[in-house]
Amino acid sequence: MSSVAIDLLLQAIPVAFVMFVVLNFGGLLTWVERKQSAIMQDRIGANRASIFGIRILGLLHPLADAVKMLTKEDFTPAHADRLMFKLAPFVSVFFGLAAFASIPFGDTLRILGREIQLQAVTLNVGILYVLAMISLGVYGLMMAGWASANNYALLGGQRAAALMISAEIAIGASIMGVVMVYGSLNMQDIARGQGQPLLPQLFGHWIPAWGILTQPLAFVLFLTAGIASTKRIPFDTPEGESEIIGYFVEYSGMKFGMFAMADFLETVVIAGMTTALFLGGWQVPYLQPSGFVFPWGATVPLPNPAVAGLQVVAFLVKVSVMIWFLMLIRWTLPRFRYDQAMRLGWLALFPLSVLNILITALVLLAPWRA
Amino acid sequence: MPPSYRTQNTPADPRHPSRLNLRQRFYLVEVLVGLALTAQHFFVNMWRHTLRVVFRSKTARGAVTIQYPDERRPYSPRLRSLHRLVRREDGSPRCVACMMCETVCPAHCIYIVATEHPNPEIEKVPERFDIDLGKCVFCGYCVEACPEDAIRMDTGILEFAAYDRRSMIYDKETLLALEPARPEGGPASPVPIPASRSPR
Repeated sequence: MSSVAIDLLLQAIPVAFVMFVVLNFGGLLTWVERKQSAIMQDRIGANRASIFGIRILGLLHPLADAVKMLTKEDFTPAHADRLMFKLAPFVSVFFGLAAFASIPFGDTLRILGREIQLQAVTLNVGILYVLAMISLGVYGLMMAGWASANNYALLGGQRAAALMISAEIAIGASIMGVVMVYGSLNMQDIARGQGQPLLPQLFGHWIPAWGILTQPLAFVLFLTAGIASTKRIPFDTPEGESEIIGYFVEYSGMKFGMFAMADFLETVVIAGMTTALFLGGWQVPYLQPSGFVFPWGATVPLPNPAVAGLQVVAFLVKVSVMIWFLMLIRWTLPRFRYDQAMRLGWLALFPLSVLNILITALVLLAPWRA
Repeated sequence: MPPSYRTQNTPADPRHPSRLNLRQRFYLVEVLVGLALTAQHFFVNMWRHTLRVVFRSKTARGAVTIQYPDERRPYSPRLRSLHRLVRREDGSPRCVACMMCETVCPAHCIYIVATEHPNPEIEKVPERFDIDLGKCVFCGYCVEACPEDAIRMDTGILEFAAYDRRSMIYDKETLLALEPARPEGGPASPVPIPASRSPR
């Protein structure tokens, strides 16, 4: 095999891994949502779907859902714009899937004398790419609302657009603080930067400089705006399925399922972003490229594949915890009214993010740092 | 919102922003309090599920769900469930076809055809005794009206759904075959399939 082919194959590993992880997380989230909400509410949750009497804690329900969605009537309203109507769910899912591409899930892995960045796409402007993908996702909703030839759907699409605009400004502005602290738009660099010790002259090498410690305000702002951009409760004004009716009223079958899937994918992306920017990304505390270096002096040397494996596991664990937290929020808070969501976005999140940028800049440029 | 509408609300109306204190208006603290509550439920229930599944605890319950029909709530002994006709020693119905229950029934769901009893000491016996459960309102008047204590509603059977109305008519033989509920309230007889129900 030529070395080019090997290069290509090795490059395909991170891409395949990202697709595998994101799609499976997205699919599993329907189960997580059912079970976690049930446990939070002293219930049991869906557990009846079975194959030959085997239930495995209701894990077959996503499968049953998929079968149901695929076999339902795929209805298109008579006056709908057919192309746009069919395109909308695909646009929605595509940007949800694509957004994860530049989120790093590990440091460099060395096999066969080559270095692989554990990141599907190595981009110098990784953060901007993810932001763009998250923002573009709303086009699917607007297309769905417009193409359905239904005024309720159109209003839902408009609410989605308004919510997304008020959220994404806060997302972008809150991330700027992180970018300033770690000095890069490359998410791999930001993840590496979070392995540095926090204030070594004060704490020694005990505390790693994770984003949540260097940018606590940005963390809260980003998480709030991020939840808004997933358009799930408490920011589900675009959908409001129980009473105000959203952009997907006219959708049925798997197209409807794809909108639900897009929501879950966006939840995974927001969890991944939060992990990469604020929870140290793939960093394991005290794990350096050569192995564990503990602040009390002990060292445990590890080979490169073991280090990379630990980092990937750490990343997945952090993402899972973040997803758990997002689910906890989703099943605890009631929905914001439309105007409340707007007010929160424009009058609270946005000014506070600007304030955060100012404070960060002042601290970074402060004379005592020199 | 017009001022008159505001005064109609109770003084402690939490929807009114000006009556929220600063901490509540800041929202984040209250959100964390709420999250702590739901997270506490989550972890306590997860711990109980773990005790039950992993450590085989018999008493730990992680959910209040009763998984009907695998699990059933115990029924009250006073529950009015599916009727049954009480039998004599020889298995014949205790009913003497006096028509009291048919007369008192507010839903007109009982249909009795009387006939002579071979024993001269017993005046009559029902030739037919049909109850249309599609009409029955489970008031229990038939049980109260019966002078012979021949009809009771103590079988503990509540599940007798059918695909058509005809199948809701239970005849004498079906009703005679039923047993009273077990002491804990569960049904002792299987759910009867009346003769009128055609195989589908």
